[in-house]
Amino acid sequence: MFRRLRDRTATSGDVAFTIDGKLVSADAEDSVAAAALASGVLRFRTSTVSGEPRGPYCMMGVCFECLLTIDGRPNQQACMVKVRPGMRVETQSGKPSVAP
Amino acid sequence: MGRDFDIAVVGGGVVGSSIAFGLSLLGQKVVVLDEGDDATRPSRGNFALVWIQGKGLGNPQYSAWSQQSSDSWSRLATLLRDTTGIDVGFERRGGFMPAMSEDELARITAQHRKVLAQPGMPQYQFEVLDHAALSRVLPHIGPDVAGATYCPLDGHVNSLRLFRALHESMLAAGVAYRTLHRVEDIARRQGEFAMRTEKGTIRAGKVVLAAGHANAQLAPLVGLNAPIRPQRGQIIVTERVAPFLHHPILTLRQTDEGTVMIGDSLEEVGFDDRVGHGIVSTMADRAIRIFPFLADVKVVRTWAALRVMSKDGFPIYDQSETAPGAFLATCHSGVTLSAAHVLALPEMIVAGQLSEEMGVFSGRRFDVPQAA
Repeated sequence: MFRRLRDRTATSGDVAFTIDGKLVSADAEDSVAAAALASGVLRFRTSTVSGEPRGPYCMMGVCFECLLTIDGRPNQQACMVKVRPGMRVETQSGKPSVAP
Repeated sequence: MGRDFDIAVVGGGVVGSSIAFGLSLLGQKVVVLDEGDDATRPSRGNFALVWIQGKGLGNPQYSAWSQQSSDSWSRLATLLRDTTGIDVGFERRGGFMPAMSEDELARITAQHRKVLAQPGMPQYQFEVLDHAALSRVLPHIGPDVAGATYCPLDGHVNSLRLFRALHESMLAAGVAYRTLHRVEDIARRQGEFAMRTEKGTIRAGKVVLAAGHANAQLAPLVGLNAPIRPQRGQIIVTERVAPFLHHPILTLRQTDEGTVMIGDSLEEVGFDDRVGHGIVSTMADRAIRIFPFLADVKVVRTWAALRVMSKDGFPIYDQSETAPGAFLATCHSGVTLSAAHVLALPEMIVAGQLSEEMGVFSGRRFDVPQAA
């Protein structure tokens, strides 16, 4: 559904990480949200109130719609985090459990 | 021009909309005169407790009135749901007052005993739990929590949904709601009241002042006295997390939608509703001492709101002697008292007479001559 405006260039380099265990390759300048969208992931989480599927909306850190679990930490704003090699990204369902 | 309404309620916050809804249920033709969206509006900033324990020192009738409201709160929740389809999330499973030291626990316990020992005090049950007993009910508390007192009457609600449900209910019941109608003057002529507003004059047979902070200026226009001041409370709210807390704790509660609210600061700063980082840091620190895992939960917003506080902390309910038909209602616990304001107070207003028990809430209690 999402297509990059330009082809990834050789200079930008590839960053490999996983989303729900699936290997994804991204541009070094990508945010996690942009890389996920480009790789075809549209459902980032479910609404914690209604349960409906949600994905990025503002892509600039305001709307809190793009929350993902990154390296075990829930509710990270995926549009504000740059991709890093080897990071483990997981989509979310419902409210994260925080109590030990 | 003839009379437009039986009763005008000045103020469309939780207090005013509760009273207006209750009056309309009794068949009254009611208008609510409200300010615009720039109103101070503590109803949008409150902590949403329906709270009993610890209240009433110096005024047992305040506890009686609060308990009456708490006891009828589930009826209100049902009424609002039946009228609007909105579930306001009322729960009364009991609440805790936490203590961070043995001294504090002893102090809170002594406070309850003092409140309950007053003549005429309606009793409420409470239990004192030490750390071990408390951690059986709230398994995630930190080592710094010395204990808590528990009262089964305490509860909470989703207060923003309550506010919306009250407005939708009063509209459904036929109340006329007039926004941008800040009342500038009130005149009594030929047995009725004329409220001058920015948008023209509204006439009604009776008037109920439920305008929060503005009651201080409005009360003298009908021969009443409401010495109230703003008292700032700051609140932190976190992201939504899975339910872990099923009872409100005085300073900390998890809402029905999963956020954690941290609150209950008190500051005397006048009409200043800015957030101060010193206060919210202390509140966050205390919350983390109560539940250490909250250190990893993100804060999404902080805000401050201004309680409508009387000199002695108790509500003011009054009726004018010089302008019969003018009533006043003002309090800081508008959520706790909402059920009484919908289901009990309106009958008295329609009858034209506050009940005898309400006499202790008259603003005349502040008319004490200064000692020489």
